[in-house]
Amino acid sequence: MMNVPKLTAIAARIRARVVEMSHAAETPHLGSSLSCVDLLVATYWGPLRVDPAHPLDPNRDRFILSKGHAATALYVTLAEKGFFDPALLDTYDTDGSALPEHPGLQCVPGVEAATGSLGHGLPIALGMALAARIQKRPARQFVLMSDGECEEGSVWEAAMFAPAQKLDSVVVMIDYNKWQATGRSDEIMALAPLAEKWRAFGWDACEVDGHDMAAVLAAVSREPDGSGRPRVIVAHTVKGKGVSFMEDDNNWHYRIPTADEVRKARVELGQPEVRA
Amino acid sequence: MRNAFAAAITELAAQDERIVLLSGDIGNRLFDKFRERFPDRFYNCGVAEANMTGMAAGLALSGLRPFTYTITPFATTRVIEQIRVDICYHNVPVVIVGTGSGLSYASLGPTHHSCEDVGILRCFPNLTVLCPADSAEVGPALEAALTLPGPAYIRLGKKGEPVVHESRPTFEIGKGIVMREGTDVCLLGMGTLVSVALAAAQELEHQGLSARVVSMHTVKPLDESLLADAFDRFQAVAVVEEHSVIGGLGSAVAEWLVRRDGLQPPLVACGTPDAFISEAGSQQWMRQQCGLTGPAVAAKILARLGKSP
Repeated sequence: MMNVPKLTAIAARIRARVVEMSHAAETPHLGSSLSCVDLLVATYWGPLRVDPAHPLDPNRDRFILSKGHAATALYVTLAEKGFFDPALLDTYDTDGSALPEHPGLQCVPGVEAATGSLGHGLPIALGMALAARIQKRPARQFVLMSDGECEEGSVWEAAMFAPAQKLDSVVVMIDYNKWQATGRSDEIMALAPLAEKWRAFGWDACEVDGHDMAAVLAAVSREPDGSGRPRVIVAHTVKGKGVSFMEDDNNWHYRIPTADEVRKARVELGQPEVRA
Repeated sequence: MRNAFAAAITELAAQDERIVLLSGDIGNRLFDKFRERFPDRFYNCGVAEANMTGMAAGLALSGLRPFTYTITPFATTRVIEQIRVDICYHNVPVVIVGTGSGLSYASLGPTHHSCEDVGILRCFPNLTVLCPADSAEVGPALEAALTLPGPAYIRLGKKGEPVVHESRPTFEIGKGIVMREGTDVCLLGMGTLVSVALAAAQELEHQGLSARVVSMHTVKPLDESLLADAFDRFQAVAVVEEHSVIGGLGSAVAEWLVRRDGLQPPLVACGTPDAFISEAGSQQWMRQQCGLTGPAVAAKILARLGKSP
């Protein structure tokens, strides 16, 4: 496991690339991608047991980006981990590319589920958890969801099922950036108190600052406590995190950064060199 | 048919340890034997079909062979997006089993009817759609579905349906089973209405028309060579199904037919109307209202051929 400063540096590099990709392909969801980068990094460089050389190893852990609209964050993370040639990122969202705006199953090695419609990742992960139990494999399942996604009924169907079956191999992370596409997630639906909801459903729930790398790493790395309860980490995050003029500004759910904004963002992220 | 399903899945699970059965809080006692023999491969998923269907995809993505099982509208139209995205887009070998299809649960009202499921599901890429005619076709249909690399939907009746096969039939996906030969008209029965097609054939015989009857257990992919032969040889082809005339086997055949060159004999579509049947009533009564009885189907065919009964 790497130390926290190194992980923070990786996260900054990923964010810079994510901003560039949004500009180059003119694709939205930049704020949503930036808010979950630290969660991805803490998981991929932390407890997640995956091997880019053997991406389909049946004993591997599974990571599911249930908030599929943050695809760029996942793609750059997988490229950084060595799952595929980072040059492929340049094809993102171009005609015929393997990298669409929402990830497809194994569209590149390391993508474990096709997501984009919200509320699907957790049930799929629970199926994988049941399979691991039936097949007596050690695999764990990590699911990254958005806060707005928790408005989907299927999430709560799954939330009720997992503790009943004591599926404690499952770890859910919620990127609680307090925004959804068109407004505050706590105002559109009565989402808060989110951790308490999960706790009431039988989950081992904790809350962390989703940008405190050490705290996220500790939370996501914690082993099951033996109670059988699956784990949920409600990560308080900032939409657009890492770029001052995007942070907590929901215009960046859909806005596309200009070339100048990309340059400014890269400087703020400590990655001033602009790609060709 | 549901008893045949329970027996067949239990037997298959003994041979294939990848089989996992997910039930949506239905089949009280039906799966006792399965649960007893394979306790780690049966899950009552509760009244939560979206999660059940998504979990099936996750199980299949891990190399297992999950079956989802509940009353047809809840196994299908309730969770249409999970079927489309989690199962069909991922192209994983999940078998979705709907029990009590069509008007099997007539008396429970339109919430429990399913006369649109085939029409919706056959739009989805990668999905095979199977409608076994009776309990004798259930086991073979399950076995055939297990040979597929991708997903399948199996549409079952409930219980006590007429058995139309005297012995276990040869069941091949995409190949209709000829139930009786004939020379004048060809009746294509879907699922449990093969029995009605056979009754209609009897009626037609009394009117001097010789009718071939086929169990078209596979709605997708269609048996195109059988259809080509039917439309080449017969004066009329009729489809009989406990499904809306919009979207079901009749529609599938019509879509195929209009792409075909040349003059065609008429297609007679016998199905449920484009309407919810909200009155109380038995399955038999509703079939009568829909013209889905042997005599009614025969009369419709005769009328189409300009012959009065």
